[in-house]
Amino acid sequence: MIGSLDIPLIWAFIIAFAVFVYVVMDGFDLGLGMLFPLFPKKADRDVMMNSVAPVWDGNETWLVLGGGGLFAAFPLAYAVLMPALYTPMIAMLVGLVFRGVAFEFRWRSQRERNRWDTAFFGGSLLAALAQGIALGAILQGIHIDGRAYAGGWWDWLTPFSILTGVALVAGYCLLGATWLVMKTTGDLRERAYHLSWWLLFAMLCAIAAVSLATPFLNAEYARRWFAWPNILLTAPVPVAVAAVTVLLLRSLANRQDHRPFFLALALFALSYAGLGISMYPYIVPRSITIWQAAAPLSSQTFMLVGVAILVPIILAYTAWAYWVFRGKVDPESGYH
Amino acid sequence: MLDGLNSLGVNAIDLARAQFAFTMSFHIIFPAFSIGLASYLAVLEALWLWTGREVFLNLFNYWLKIFAIAFGMGVVSGVVMSYQFGTNWAVFSDKTGPVIGPLMAYEVLTAFFLEAGFLGVMLFGLKKVGPRLHFLATLMVAVGTLFSAFWILSANSWMQTPAGYEINAAGQFVAADWWKVIFNPSFPYRLVHMVLAAYLTTAFVVGAVGAFHLLRNSANEGARVMFSMAMWMATIVAPIQILAGDQHGLNTLEHQPTKIMAMEGHFDSHPDGAPLILFGLPDMKDAKTKYALEIPKLGSLILKHSPDAPMAGLDTVPRENWPPVPITFWSFRIMVGLGFLMMGLGLFSLWMRWRGKLYDSRLLHTFAMAMGPAGFIAVLAGWITTETGRQPFTVYGLLRTVDSVSPLAAPAVASSLIAFIIVYFLLFTAGVVYILRLMAAPPHHGEEGPRGDEPSHAAGITPAAGAQRRAAI
Ligand code: HDD
Ligand code: HEM
Ligand code: HEM
Repeated sequence: MIGSLDIPLIWAFIIAFAVFVYVVMDGFDLGLGMLFPLFPKKADRDVMMNSVAPVWDGNETWLVLGGGGLFAAFPLAYAVLMPALYTPMIAMLVGLVFRGVAFEFRWRSQRERNRWDTAFFGGSLLAALAQGIALGAILQGIHIDGRAYAGGWWDWLTPFSILTGVALVAGYCLLGATWLVMKTTGDLRERAYHLSWWLLFAMLCAIAAVSLATPFLNAEYARRWFAWPNILLTAPVPVAVAAVTVLLLRSLANRQDHRPFFLALALFALSYAGLGISMYPYIVPRSITIWQAAAPLSSQTFMLVGVAILVPIILAYTAWAYWVFRGKVDPESGYH
Repeated sequence: MLDGLNSLGVNAIDLARAQFAFTMSFHIIFPAFSIGLASYLAVLEALWLWTGREVFLNLFNYWLKIFAIAFGMGVVSGVVMSYQFGTNWAVFSDKTGPVIGPLMAYEVLTAFFLEAGFLGVMLFGLKKVGPRLHFLATLMVAVGTLFSAFWILSANSWMQTPAGYEINAAGQFVAADWWKVIFNPSFPYRLVHMVLAAYLTTAFVVGAVGAFHLLRNSANEGARVMFSMAMWMATIVAPIQILAGDQHGLNTLEHQPTKIMAMEGHFDSHPDGAPLILFGLPDMKDAKTKYALEIPKLGSLILKHSPDAPMAGLDTVPRENWPPVPITFWSFRIMVGLGFLMMGLGLFSLWMRWRGKLYDSRLLHTFAMAMGPAGFIAVLAGWITTETGRQPFTVYGLLRTVDSVSPLAAPAVASSLIAFIIVYFLLFTAGVVYILRLMAAPPHHGEEGPRGDEPSHAAGITPAAGAQRRAAI
């Protein structure tokens, strides 16, 4: 039975799923970090931090699964992409280190609190920007020779990758702001609403810019999106983006609580689907396909068993943890 | 400046090795502590639930704050590790990914998610979920750290003693038998030795903190309880660790004889019984251990259980396969020396306990304080022995370290190495200072949790069993 399944393709979906879960889960907590300078009051920052403190580690674990899964299921892709993205990857890791320690450190010293708040902001920004840049660098193509990366250590830096970097920053900020709308009350929530308008506008501009620029990167992308009959499949994506935008604007205008966050997630899902359309069937665009990079079947099936059993369990207890900390964060709850 | 590196003879591979060693050494310090501490916290909470004595809850909250910081630093330094394979060791990743990748993926699935998923509840959730579910969360975090050790040590042991693999047309290692891959020959030994090391590390930290507060106030109940618990651990576990280490060594002799030659400083073969070199200066150029202070025949007695058994030396191994002997030799001695010191402290405490002076002997307390960092040093020394003794291979006997590295320019690796050094020293110094500050305060009645959200409420949470027991009294 296994023989009739396309295991590498299943693995490509699993990795894509892990990365997507990472993007939406860590996205809002990175976004929240990047909004820190706009909320200078200590009380606000305490609430913001506490709204993610119990879950951030779980969120980041999806990044480890994405990277670890790539290493295990597509070692060739991992071995080519990591050196190619060396600088953005290291920058991302350094950023994550800064913001990760800030979660605990800021409570441990009154005097140095501002310093850790800055580390939280700077680390979040650096990580988000680096992730966006890495995405752009992958899309624009990677120079390889045989089984190894053959480019220089600055190849990743182009106007396009900067654009995707900025786009991701805007998107994460929107997720962060709508998360705050959902999790907070009073004045903090008001300002989060207000910010969401601007951030939505910024994110739409970013989506438009990236969508327009991508076909110019390479004729293959253009054909993928605009040639007949592909367009039957691709056209719904922008239409859906427009529809979600309208709903999101309405929910902001109606001061809805949960809906803006989930609609912002929908925008992410659509952009992500668009990305998938551009990349498929490559894992390193236009040089290595999913099947070329795949680890031997013995490795992929061995792990597939674990994923099939464990991921549902993981999702269940993760949901439980979110459920335990559900609802608005109470500023008076004594969390200093 | 960076372009001058090549002309200085510093190449990307040495830098990549330095970077791996640096980031790994930083990482292992925190897991060694958090594996032990997570189990200790589970024990404390269980004791609290069982006996209802407040001192256990106070100690739980006291160590939970420290755990939160140590665990956070373990996580961030660990995330760095998981990407280091690809960034710095791309060829290694391509070749070994099919075998050790799945082991690490199982680590993520069984361990990291478990720890992370229940950590939030463990740190902040006592009020929200009640004592029983909260205990379950603590237990899950503790179990998660042990699962984590299981998988990562399996991966590392496979690199030391590869088994159950084939090599495919692309030159990759491919698993032929997963059971043999996971339970490769050195894995059981390494797992036992490392988990015991983590427990000892934590015991000595807890013991030192207890001793520190006993020296100031020998009536502090929290300090007494933690000191006594830690000293029981030292008394019982240190000798077991020495036995486990001895067995580990015998296993290494069977599977990685060259490593043992380096650890023992044996450049020459001894056809009729090898000595045990206690100290000396191994010199690789002259191929001999100078100024050796040795006990005749003891080496063969320990490793072969017969004083006259022949032992081969490094002269039987081509020079290009020699590991860096002095590092391996010395780090091994540091570890073993600390192991015996730990046992010494354990026995001393047992004697004092027997004489009823456990909480009053200043000498014992001073000794225990001095031994606070011993676990960390022994763990680092142990890993350095293991890893340098495996050189010049990444997969023992099969894949050379020089053939594992990424196609990167030295300046790229040098700048990231410098960045890591600066960032780690900055942040981890701060973390250690915060931990020491927490440790400097004595555990007290009504101890607060990590966010100080427990104090007023914690008193109101009484475990059911304890409440009944108290009602019965
Ligand atoms: C014997 C124990 C041990 C060893 C040898 C290692 N680790 Fe580790 N690691 C742990 C024991 C551990 C742990 C106890 O499970 C940690 C410490 C704190 C924590 O959160 O989990 C952890 C955390 C941790 C994390 C963060 C997990 C999270 O997000 O929750 C990652 C990604 C790694 N490690 C990866 C590695 C890699 C790639 C290693 C080898 C090169 C490695 N670890 C060696
Ligand atoms: C946790 C404690 C560990 C420590 C302190 C440690 C330390 C070190 C050190 C010092 C080296 C450099 C040896 C040399 O260049 O002479 C090294 C090499 C290496 N280790 Fe480990 N190691 C640890 C665990 C692991 C684990 C668990 C893995 C894999 C899963 C691993 C994989 C490697 C690899 C790939 C190298 C080769 C690179 C090199 O030679 O520098 N190590 N390690
Ligand atoms: C005196 C008794 C001890 C002996 C005889 C001993 C023996 C050994 C040996 C032979 C190795 C190398 C295994 C290999 O790579 O082939 C090793 C590694 C190691 N030792 Fe020890 N050891 C002792 C005490 C300790 C203590 C007290 C600690 C820490 C608290 C410790 C922590 C470690 C660690 C972390 C490693 C590396 C991981 C591993 O290979 O297991 N050891 N030990």
